[in-house]
Amino acid sequence: MARIECPECGHVEETTGLVTICPNCKADLRTVMAEMGHRRERLREVAHDDSMTTHEYIVRTKDLHKIYKMGEVEVPALKGVDVNIRRGEYLSIMGPSGSGKSTLFNMVGGLDKPSRGTCFIEEVDMAQLDAFELAWLRCRKIGYIFQTFNLIPVMTALENVTLPMIFAGMSSDEMMERGALLLDLVGLGERLHHKPYELSGGQQQRVAVARSLANNPAIILADEPTGNLDLQTGKEIIDLLKELNEESGVTIISATHDLKMIDVSDRVIHIRDGQVERIENRADIDLEVGTLGQ
Amino acid sequence: MIKAELARKIYKSDTDWGQVQRQITLPWREAFRISYRNVIMRLGRAMITGAGIVLGIAFLTSVWTAKVAQEGIDRYEAQSARAIGEDEGAMAPGAEEAKAEEEARAARQTWLVVMSLMVSAVGITNSMLMSVTERFREIGTMKCLGALDEFIVRIFLIESIVLGFIGSLVGALAGHGIMLLVYIAKQSGVAAMMNWGEMLLYIVIALGIGMFLSLIAAVPPAMRAAQMPPAAALATEV
Repeated sequence: MARIECPECGHVEETTGLVTICPNCKADLRTVMAEMGHRRERLREVAHDDSMTTHEYIVRTKDLHKIYKMGEVEVPALKGVDVNIRRGEYLSIMGPSGSGKSTLFNMVGGLDKPSRGTCFIEEVDMAQLDAFELAWLRCRKIGYIFQTFNLIPVMTALENVTLPMIFAGMSSDEMMERGALLLDLVGLGERLHHKPYELSGGQQQRVAVARSLANNPAIILADEPTGNLDLQTGKEIIDLLKELNEESGVTIISATHDLKMIDVSDRVIHIRDGQVERIENRADIDLEVGTLGQ
Repeated sequence: MIKAELARKIYKSDTDWGQVQRQITLPWREAFRISYRNVIMRLGRAMITGAGIVLGIAFLTSVWTAKVAQEGIDRYEAQSARAIGEDEGAMAPGAEEAKAEEEARAARQTWLVVMSLMVSAVGITNSMLMSVTERFREIGTMKCLGALDEFIVRIFLIESIVLGFIGSLVGALAGHGIMLLVYIAKQSGVAAMMNWGEMLLYIVIALGIGMFLSLIAAVPPAMRAAQMPPAAALATEV
């Protein structure tokens, strides 16, 4: 079901088919429809094909421990975390700073090794992978989005987006086409050749979102993606992520303490002192937000 | 439909983990492009790194230019002496001592050249270490995007060779030019007396030494950069 808003009279028509004339004021809706179609087509083009996938849980962690050594002192950051993350869900990991959510993010993303316990991605034990396979995993299976955007400063938006494709061995023509497609998808079709410092924070994060999709990953890991953005821009990025999640079925795992994120999450995992405090479902959260509002 | 064909190619799922596609690459052409871009975009930093090699190579080339020029002058003087019929066999008094002194001077000069090259190598290592530290976050990001350790090493080494080449070229031309001017001031016809083939060879050798030195000097920083775990590299605040 598509929602079409008439630009003339504001009438909202919900339809599954094609509407070219507003039933209320008879205004021409073809431009609006074309824009929506364009966007949907783009989304379908970059969408993840998960027709062959079988595992219900895309990420599983088992008794995950991480201990950091600060000189003589051992600081435990994770104390036995077991989480199962479903394919295609939008999951938020919440917790105060220092609770271990970034550490968990690093473990799941294969950026750091756990002290004890393991993490499975599509039932593959990450501890068993060598450097090459880990790089492959980071390149093909996981897309990363960071609080500080982390674009390569000397590269243009397009080059940033195509960098993971170079590593994946894609041909130059394919790369350029796909890079432009992805930037178009996140609404930066006009800014392919801008350097990061020529873009606003929100635009840089959009480039980062496009880059995370470069090799069509199964999982997008976002570490505080709205942390450095103002309210409105943060909202736009969240909406973009949600849209990607719904349209392409990519699993989104986001460490955050942005309350706007709760709204769109399927589940929220609360972490405190390196342990899972509680897991909330969408329904419960809605209720809670409702009570807060009154 | 071309689009659909392309889409299928890009989105073919890689679920077969049994034979994980060993396809993580960084073609040399791309590595070179990235390195070159880094040198150009960070020209200030690159010039500081390059200055070490410029000075070292300039000194080396100036010494060699002096040698070739002096040999040219000596040959010319010997020829003109023969022309006016001086007896070649009879050594001037004190020639023995002059020769020994000349040899000692050459040894001192070699020592100075070696020292100056070593100092410039240490200088390059130092600036490369700084440049690597500055870019830890960038290195971490590249690793997140699927870069292998060797890609990072490759990028930094290419960068260093490019810098080494540019620095050596500037240094060689400067050292050669300045020393040549000094000799021309001393004896205006010196350019005609010099063996230019030999001079060119020396300049090429100087370029080679410069590039080799900057390559060697960049290995430790590049290894350090590549071996950082991505999480640690990303967490660095500079």
